[in-house]
Amino acid sequence: MSGIVERGAAEIAREVNGGTISAIEVTEAALAQVDAVEARTGAFLTVLHELARKVAAGVDARVRGGERLPLAGVPLAVKDNMCLTGTRTTCGSKILEHWVAPYTATAVARMLAAGCVPIGKTNLDEFAMGSSCENSALGITRNPYDLERVPGGSSGGSAAAVAARETALALGSDTGGSIREPGAFCNLIGFKPTYGRVSRYGLIAFASSLDQIGPLARTVEDAALAYEAMSGHDPMDATSIDRPVEPAVTALREDLRGLRVGIVREFDTEKLGTELDAAYRRAYAELEKLGARMVDVSLPTADYGLATYYLIAPAECSSNLSRFDGVRYGLRVDAPDVQAMYERTRAAGFGPEVKRRILIGTHALSSGYYDAYYVRAQKARTLIARDFENAFADCDLIASPAASCPAFRFNAKSDPYSMYLMDYYTIPMSLAGLPALSVPCGWITPAGGTNPMPLGLQLCAPLFGEPLLLGAAHAYERATMYASRHAPQLGGEVRA
Amino acid sequence: MSDTIDVRYVAKLARIALTDEEVDRFGAQLADLLTHVDALAELDTNAIAATAQVVESRNVQRADSPAPCLDRETVLAQAPQRQGGFFRVPRIIAE
Repeated sequence: MSGIVERGAAEIAREVNGGTISAIEVTEAALAQVDAVEARTGAFLTVLHELARKVAAGVDARVRGGERLPLAGVPLAVKDNMCLTGTRTTCGSKILEHWVAPYTATAVARMLAAGCVPIGKTNLDEFAMGSSCENSALGITRNPYDLERVPGGSSGGSAAAVAARETALALGSDTGGSIREPGAFCNLIGFKPTYGRVSRYGLIAFASSLDQIGPLARTVEDAALAYEAMSGHDPMDATSIDRPVEPAVTALREDLRGLRVGIVREFDTEKLGTELDAAYRRAYAELEKLGARMVDVSLPTADYGLATYYLIAPAECSSNLSRFDGVRYGLRVDAPDVQAMYERTRAAGFGPEVKRRILIGTHALSSGYYDAYYVRAQKARTLIARDFENAFADCDLIASPAASCPAFRFNAKSDPYSMYLMDYYTIPMSLAGLPALSVPCGWITPAGGTNPMPLGLQLCAPLFGEPLLLGAAHAYERATMYASRHAPQLGGEVRA
Repeated sequence: MSDTIDVRYVAKLARIALTDEEVDRFGAQLADLLTHVDALAELDTNAIAATAQVVESRNVQRADSPAPCLDRETVLAQAPQRQGGFFRVPRIIAE
């Protein structure tokens, strides 16, 4: 079985469809890898041994019956804020610690219909609020490239699972960078599609105007396959876009000839220090070498992205999380009257970061502050989206760092605002609803560290530009092959 | 805008009981965050329309016809407390 867990989704699907390996064999290899490394990675909150074997047997039966499935037998990790019928879905929170989903998210259902096998539900910052997975109330996830460092977040468990070869693909959700930053930290493709391209039905809401599901994968081709499988209109999500999904896999390209790539003047990488500055300058030079014409573009209001985001996202979160009140599901802390029951349940059930965001959001929406905070942030959002429209008049794609540093050590960001700064480069795209991804672009050994850590290049396209975005990332990946230069450092038991 | 926040009042609105220690800690952290978001005041947004959602979308409507939904037992099975076919909650109106 050696080697199976190294294979990507495209390769596994080809072999399972071709009959040279069964979905059951692939699943057993994935579960064995989980058993071997999970004590160190902590990627999963729930491992679905029984369900995985049952689904795999079903995939094998479909293939024997003559069906060809785009993701036949591909082991999948699902972030634990997405529902899967009959499985615990916790959001990394004590308030949902024992909640079992009674229905399945559309994105998950589509991945299973395409042949994926669900291996388990992955750890996350509580309710997807964070950039390191340290805000989970239910477990610690470690970076497979250095176990002393965070995997990023909030989709840190999904990123760790794919990086540690526990699965070939994972689903994450991205509100301000929660797929792209862990993708960068864990040497993966982390891809957030256009807002509305993937249904949010069954994704437990954090900030509904920003939340978007997307894949984490070890290759661009695998991310494109996942994107094709999960995208498209869903009547169960009124914000999902009713417009055909253009093929992405056939749009993968080998060069960037004829493309203009914008470098954002305001995202000056010099402020990241000499080494990171050099790494990103080299990445831009590599894009140029592939035939892209590099152009200087400006996003004058991008610097206001964080301030805008940290009003809009908490405002939406304070509204969305009001449903967790101890009445219908989840934790309840008893009290003599209903008011005290609400207050004690929410005090016991939510962790500090969730409480902070609910409080700031409640404040921003409260009488007397609504116009000054919430409405002003919505207007700033208009300006940020307009900046991108103007920039895309001069370029086809925008390139930037995916994060301002490589994966950091646990407890390194003790004050909340320093953690919020992690999403500086990813938030503006989220506010503008744009498709963006992180692709490995180099390695750096952080001061005081021993292991080289991966860096991510963020590429961003106009709305619905996924085929171009994935196509360009594929050309960059194939020309540079940074991802394969170092293996995860999980100790002797990792199977190659 | 203001860099002060009445944490006790906001927590009451948000239905979260806070300890005195949390009131102090969150108060300081949220005041710090508000000083950062105050930067938005620098932007001239007077003539700018607010954006609630970026991707253009019209009112989405569907036929108002019955369709299967979760059955009552499935839903009530995870209720913290139930009574027959209902969710049971503590007293709402004081005696």
